Amino acid sequence: MGMEVFKDIYENRHKYQKEWKEKSGSKMVGYFCTYAPEEIMYAADIIPVRILGSHEPQNVTEPHIFGMYCPFCRDVLAQGLKGRYDYLDGIMIAQSCLHIRQAYTSWDLHIPVDFSYYLNMPHRVTNQHAKPFLRQELIEFKNAIEAWTGKIILPADIDKGIEILNTTRRLLREIWDLRKAENPPITGQEAIYMVLACQFGDKREVNKLLEEALNELKTRKLDRETGNRLMIIGSEDDDIAFINMVETVCGATFVIEDHCTGSRYFWNQVEPQEDRYAALAARYCDRPPCPTKDWVQPRDRLVWALNMAKEWGVEGAIVVQQKFCDPHELDIPAFRKAFEAAGIPTLFLEFDVTVPLGPFRIRVDAFLEMLRQEDLF
Amino acid sequence: MSKGQLYPTEPLKSWGMAKKAREEFYLDYRDCHAKGGIRWAGGAWALDALTYGLGDDVFSITSEPYGASCAFNKDIAMKCMETAEKYGYARDLCAYMRIYWGSVLTKGTYPWGGDYPIPDFIYQDHICCSHAKWYQVIVDHEPQIPMTCIDVAPGPFMPGTDVQIKPHQVKYVADQMLEAIEWLEKTTGRKFDDEKFIEAVKTECINTSTWANICVLNKAVPAPLDEKTMYSLYVLNTLCKANKRITPVLKEVYEETKDRVARGIAAVPNEKARVMSDTQPPWGFLKVFRYLERYGVVSIGSLYTFGLMGIWEVKEDGTWGGRTLPWEKGIEIKTREQAAYVNADWNLSKPEFQHFYHPKYKTRMMTRIAKEWKLDGVMLHYNRGCEGLSLGIAENRLGLLKAGVPVMIFEGNMGDEREFDEVATMARIDAFMETLGLKKDY
Repeated sequence: MGMEVFKDIYENRHKYQKEWKEKSGSKMVGYFCTYAPEEIMYAADIIPVRILGSHEPQNVTEPHIFGMYCPFCRDVLAQGLKGRYDYLDGIMIAQSCLHIRQAYTSWDLHIPVDFSYYLNMPHRVTNQHAKPFLRQELIEFKNAIEAWTGKIILPADIDKGIEILNTTRRLLREIWDLRKAENPPITGQEAIYMVLACQFGDKREVNKLLEEALNELKTRKLDRETGNRLMIIGSEDDDIAFINMVETVCGATFVIEDHCTGSRYFWNQVEPQEDRYAALAARYCDRPPCPTKDWVQPRDRLVWALNMAKEWGVEGAIVVQQKFCDPHELDIPAFRKAFEAAGIPTLFLEFDVTVPLGPFRIRVDAFLEMLRQEDLF
Repeated sequence: MSKGQLYPTEPLKSWGMAKKAREEFYLDYRDCHAKGGIRWAGGAWALDALTYGLGDDVFSITSEPYGASCAFNKDIAMKCMETAEKYGYARDLCAYMRIYWGSVLTKGTYPWGGDYPIPDFIYQDHICCSHAKWYQVIVDHEPQIPMTCIDVAPGPFMPGTDVQIKPHQVKYVADQMLEAIEWLEKTTGRKFDDEKFIEAVKTECINTSTWANICVLNKAVPAPLDEKTMYSLYVLNTLCKANKRITPVLKEVYEETKDRVARGIAAVPNEKARVMSDTQPPWGFLKVFRYLERYGVVSIGSLYTFGLMGIWEVKEDGTWGGRTLPWEKGIEIKTREQAAYVNADWNLSKPEFQHFYHPKYKTRMMTRIAKEWKLDGVMLHYNRGCEGLSLGIAENRLGLLKAGVPVMIFEGNMGDEREFDEVATMARIDAFMETLGLKKDY
């Protein structure tokens, strides 16, 4: 099978999603942020799929989102305005940053769907009141799904949803552990394809592919040098062209990442509780936070990312920022300071919808030369 | 009568009173340590009634009005923003926030003299991406300052409409407030006084409802107040909306405005057309509003001036007015738990909170203002300085146009003059006036 299937799902997401929808007979709901409780959608036999951009220049969102908001949210909305998701039955967002919220609200205003839901995901996730509040919000969401589909969601259905998502998370974690090896059996690019395939696909199908991939990776040896072990830190980073350039041209490997198209999506499981909605609320409040929900000192995400950097033997970190992404801009100085204090040099790059490979290559090459200086002299 | 004058006009008598109250706020904050008082920092949107439970000698600085005050002085603003940039913070972040950080990090930038007075604690709330992080960054640089922040994002809520909030959503905020009381006691070493808290909650209801009712008076033709003047009045609630010291000032403004309406006193004596703006203005370029007057145009305010610190409801007759005070509806406030719930409920209905959930709510309110305040057009400030209040603004433009309201947009920044093109903005105004069929009187 190989790793190619995940790439194929990423590159042909619409074809796959249409096929999965047709094959399963399920409704399909697009979500805009990884705080979406996919478990509840699977409980109702709905396939949740993440809506991401296409990394192409576009001119359709200017009347809808002011240009000071991140290019990512505009790219996401462009997909809807261009009709590329015309097979979705519904959309939903779990409250996160202001930027992506606009992609959802403009979609809600201009692209007809049968179901549209705004879930009040709390921001202050570390506070004791966040979990009971989210628990109630999840029940409200479940009620809205029931009213839409006509299907009553029973505890056993929620258990089914949790089992599907937890399987995905467990398999990805096992695969991510393999990336700690001196010569990881999987590149950063392949790893990101896997996560994206999970976000785009019917997890009941993708989990089987992950299982096969895990077995293959246990004995796989790559015909390439690992080079410098890098970490990528950022928001939403399906900037495949950049990752590919760093790994194939610059001679390095991304062995770990902190972003929501990577580890932050799947890191923690739902821990079973009798009260299923309390269990779900705990999972989403306790997951590695998006910076917009990380208010504490020291930042939870920073502690987590630094630990990962150490555990995965990272030599340098590339700090990626989507242009105009305020939550990350507010964390980046603290992140760079802490990483560099821990002996991990950082390179800051600002990303737009398309990746300027030439200029970025020069900067990455210079960064890697700096990392390698002990070998040079 | 001067050229083009259609109505009598006269200066606002309560102006000086309002300016004095504003200055006292900043001086009290700076000087209170000398009298054994406590000072704290937080946003203008913070649920500050709570802090009155700590005593009468507790003074705050609210970061957004502070940023605006600095922005009015372009030299101070630039110095502060350039400092923030030197520390690695991006230039596209909130302008108030960068100015505030720069003021904390740079000596001699407190506009009322001296260095920025470091607060004893930080008590913030969070609805936009920057609010909690604003002070998290301050604590990065001043780690000795204790900080807490309340999540106020479980809306939407528009009293008197079909957009209603659920009890568990209000409770979420109220529960955090009750927890914050314990934090405040621990942080300051003071015992919390429930009576003072309850009094502050009631005062906030009075002050913010009164401000809404002052804005209602501007439905009159000619308008008794113009937007530029309103900035010096609405600011009182942004500084200390739960403070009983500003209640008589607001009452005086209300009575005087009512009297101006009765006597037909105009803010703009050649009023021929009426517009409103939106979001914060470019503070260093308030001359924009004076330029409108040359065309006989009065800006009667904005959703921002009306709804940031005015609390509103749709009345039984279908019009928009100050929200009915809780005790007038039989709601008693006798315990801290009741006070926290009422205060959370009251604040969650703030008009400027609602577009965070969907631009359709803001479009709905602006369309209402356009009709009830008899407007000829709307000027939308695409404000690069505030991601929170520019949120959804492009959809507001489309929504207003769909509702038949002429719209002009201009791009700028409330605090960073580097992002405001004065000449281009004036040219846009000229073009907009032409579409409204207006010519300059002078």
